[in-house]
Amino acid sequence: MKLLTLNFLTCAIKTCKTSPSSFPLHPRDAELEILETDINLPFLKNILPRLMWDELRTITSELGLPELPPAAPTREDLVEPGAQAAEGEEVEEQPSQTAKDLHRVLLETTVKEGKLACGNCGHEYKVMEGVPNFLLPGHLV
Amino acid sequence: MSRPEDTLPPDLFYNDSESRKYTTSSRIQRIQSDMTHRALSLLDLHSPSLILDVGCGSGLSGEILSQTEDEGTPGGPHVWIGFDISSSMLGVALEKEVEGDLFLADAGQGVPFRPGTFDAAISISAIQWLCNAETSLDSPLGRLSRFFGGLYASLRRGGRAVCQFYPKNDEQKKMVSQAAIKAGFGAGLLEDDEGTKNAKTYLVLTVGGGDLDGDITGVVRGMDGVDVMARPGAAKGGKRGQEVKGSKGWILKKKEQMERKGKVVKANSKYTGRKRRVQF
Ligand SMILES: C[S@@+](CC[C@H](N)C(=O)[O-])C[C@H]1O[C@@H](n2cnc3c(N)ncnc32)[C@H](O)[C@@H]1O
Ligand SMILES: [Zn+2]
Repeated sequence: MKLLTLNFLTCAIKTCKTSPSSFPLHPRDAELEILETDINLPFLKNILPRLMWDELRTITSELGLPELPPAAPTREDLVEPGAQAAEGEEVEEQPSQTAKDLHRVLLETTVKEGKLACGNCGHEYKVMEGVPNFLLPGHLV
Repeated sequence: MSRPEDTLPPDLFYNDSESRKYTTSSRIQRIQSDMTHRALSLLDLHSPSLILDVGCGSGLSGEILSQTEDEGTPGGPHVWIGFDISSSMLGVALEKEVEGDLFLADAGQGVPFRPGTFDAAISISAIQWLCNAETSLDSPLGRLSRFFGGLYASLRRGGRAVCQFYPKNDEQKKMVSQAAIKAGFGAGLLEDDEGTKNAKTYLVLTVGGGDLDGDITGVVRGMDGVDVMARPGAAKGGKRGQEVKGSKGWILKKKEQMERKGKVVKANSKYTGRKRRVQF
């Protein structure tokens, strides 16, 4: 499971819906794996405003990854300056180093094994082979 | 042929051997691919988006979502997250090393994402399963309501969802659509090959707000055969030079068109086009 997904997943238990501490889920005993994939600059630009940056920083620090900058990058930060289009010519935007770093963290860094713990109710969701188990026993739904 | 939904719960029906049989059948691959493309055309995405795949199974739709525009996926490649109740189906998806993230979950328990996560959602041949759950703890209505409520919240304003499903009968079709409307969606039904054994039902759902085309009018503009069921918070004013879908003028025009096509329509009355609350 990509760290991107972890920036959107919340606890599934009904009584946690309204509690701010049910997001983000906290990885425990996590085994990480890097799975390389093509960078998708338009996607990064699209998703950037929807990220919860502080929570992303929390997670990366809990996982012992290099610290992220305190403030989220802007869309402009994701595009390599330079490549000036001549008049009437279209030049495809190139990803900056910031975009490449963000791609690495969000889309290539994955939790392979471990648990995701809710900060509100303490429920732990098991992750096996990169797949978290969100099935709940009936009484918690 | 009996419906699989009437024989076993989905996680037991889609066991290891059924999941493999399902995924390797070239007939199934072709049908699921056609329906995914149809759903994508209804989602009308123009750039790489974050998409939820409900009941993603072995990732047959997901593989299409991951393709580029040149390979035939509008707005692609998209990033998708899929969930399914069958660990065997997800196991096949893992073997195929699909690009999307997978998780094991029951749509009838809700959608565990923070509000406004997804640009769009897709569900192919899955949600009819939500109608088969009668235990002391759970009912089809309860499951449908948790699913659509969770789905609605997890989509961004102006987002859309398309669910192709196999309703058992008209009653079930209505139960599913009304559960979506009750959750807040604008809803339309599209039927391909209606009345044949290849009939396909698409529930087209929109979340109001956001960009202009968020409302169902945009989705179905120019598309024949989509039955608009409800549009909560219908646009005031509407687009110039065009009848607002659902307005009296629009209904009258539509009735005319339908009459020309030989469909049976209700006689006009002074109630035609009045705003009506949807009853449940
Ligand atoms: C016919 S398969 C379709 C799979 C995939 N969408 C495709 O088009 O190939 C139906 C899928 O729905 C899943 N399903 C049924 N009930 C479900 C539920 N309550 N929550 C999540 N998935 C469910 C089944 O496990 C199965 O994988
Ligand atoms: Zn919780």
